[in-house]
Amino acid sequence: MKTYTNTGNKDTRSGFGAGLTELGKTNENVVALCADLIGSLKMDDFKKNHPERFFQVGIAEANMIGLAAGLTIGGKIPFTGTFANFSTGRVYDQIRQSVAYSDKNVKICASHAGLTLGEDGATHQILEDIGLMKMLPGMTVINPCDYNQTKAATIAIADHHGPVYLRFGRPSVPNFTPENQTFEIGKAIHLTEGTDVSIVATGHLVWEALEASKKLNEEGISAEVINIHTIKPLDDKAILESVKKTKCIVTAEEHNFLGGLGESISRALSQHNPTPQEFVATNDTFGESGTPAQLMNKYGLNSDAIIKAVKKVMTRK
Amino acid sequence: MSDTKHLEDLVIQVRRDILRMVHKVNSGHPGGSLGCTEFFVALYNKIMDRKDSFEMDGIGEDIFFLSNGHISPVFYSVLARAGYFPVEELSTFRLIDSRLQGHPTTHEGLPGVRVASGSLGQGMSVALGAALAKKLNNDNHLVYSLHGDGELQEGQNWEAIMYAAGNNVDNIIATIDLNGQQIDGPTDVVLPMGNLKEKFEAFGWDVVEINQGNNLEEIIKGMAVAKNKTGKGKPVCVMLKTVMGNGVDFMMHTHAWHGKAPNDEQLEKGLAQNAETLGDY
Repeated sequence: MKTYTNTGNKDTRSGFGAGLTELGKTNENVVALCADLIGSLKMDDFKKNHPERFFQVGIAEANMIGLAAGLTIGGKIPFTGTFANFSTGRVYDQIRQSVAYSDKNVKICASHAGLTLGEDGATHQILEDIGLMKMLPGMTVINPCDYNQTKAATIAIADHHGPVYLRFGRPSVPNFTPENQTFEIGKAIHLTEGTDVSIVATGHLVWEALEASKKLNEEGISAEVINIHTIKPLDDKAILESVKKTKCIVTAEEHNFLGGLGESISRALSQHNPTPQEFVATNDTFGESGTPAQLMNKYGLNSDAIIKAVKKVMTRK
Repeated sequence: MSDTKHLEDLVIQVRRDILRMVHKVNSGHPGGSLGCTEFFVALYNKIMDRKDSFEMDGIGEDIFFLSNGHISPVFYSVLARAGYFPVEELSTFRLIDSRLQGHPTTHEGLPGVRVASGSLGQGMSVALGAALAKKLNNDNHLVYSLHGDGELQEGQNWEAIMYAAGNNVDNIIATIDLNGQQIDGPTDVVLPMGNLKEKFEAFGWDVVEINQGNNLEEIIKGMAVAKNKTGKGKPVCVMLKTVMGNGVDFMMHTHAWHGKAPNDEQLEKGLAQNAETLGDY
């Protein structure tokens, strides 16, 4: 079984910052906007290196989305930065009308997604953002799993014409995907080959899925782990091919099971190959204050929860 | 034909277009459209330095954003008669498979439209973004925008108004259609906004008032004053006092025709007050 090495914990938001720094050097049309969270979004370098291309908009996210839409008219590629909650729910209609329906080339970059934002609590822990964004026609939705992949995704979306929602997080998590990888939007990544169960994960849950697969392997269960960094457009083919072999699937995400990756996969499976599925996701609930690890444990979003779900789904084959 | 005569003829013809468009589909917004007809005609035919062909990026020309998208009939008529798309296409307004959606959109690729609008309060931010892009591109042309007065009740405007002054976005002229009316009645009754001129000034904008916003000459004069105020470190706002339903007597001075189409008889009456000038579509 293929194994992966954590080269050292890093936060995915720093991957975004590094990607943006890189884009500042390589693409003069890239501009960045931030709603009073430069440090949290790791946009300091871009601001320092390109002050003329950086727009501090203050605590005014609706205006930020509109400014970004307008900046595309004239050929700019705007990257907006704020927390996931304020990047989506707070500005849904602005994104819907001025960006998505208007087909504007805006990259909505959202940090502190999900429960792992931690102690700030439920007001800031959005667990509905993937659903909100994937429902918008033409919107691409990406949730990379570690620092290296977030950096690569940030760089890749500048070359993709159209609105993109890029979701990442606050905590330091294992960094295990290759440095300087090429990021292919919409392409699932097979991390391990397996025959008994497919574990399809996104974001912070990908490492947890790998941890789970190691323990399962020791128990004689062969798990195929797939990293879905692009939730929309979804790589249906990769998922369907995997379940053809394994006959059951566990989906794992730091998001409500309503509207998330799991639901997108259910849609693909029910259309093409109905398959038993278990969801590792939050269960239609808000979060609360706590450390990221405590929260992920309490809400069942870690490798133990994945193992439990695998054992359950295998009995349903 | 003198320049003024042509603009006057155009105003009459656009009024006819508006009435016929909304009558045909028994829906749409004639009141605000008629109130802004002179402004649109002057803007597209006298004020803006624009190219004849349409390119989304609008580099090297003045560009315009309509924030109060419900007055699409006047926008479409003036765009068509400025040559952006065939005048005959006005007959497809609000019909299935048309590029002339109820509210303007880029989605169907209608030339002349650069962003969707309709959900109110978003156009100021978009216009400012385009103004910032012009600065980055060293393009010294202007961005024009139009907003309803009732629309200023949307909070996003005030985020944008604050941003523009705080960041010296001085290549924008945002016009407010001060007709004092909104769907549920006079703006002063629905949600009084106080003195809008003073509010804009308090936020750091330069304000120009056009008290006769349905008079072509006054509009052209006032917009020239506004243009002279650009490039001086402050965003510029025009307070355009208009009469809703202007040019059709029974539609004037009331919010009743905000979103209501005339019936056959009313159409005839309205058209009779505005005899054909440049040819109906």
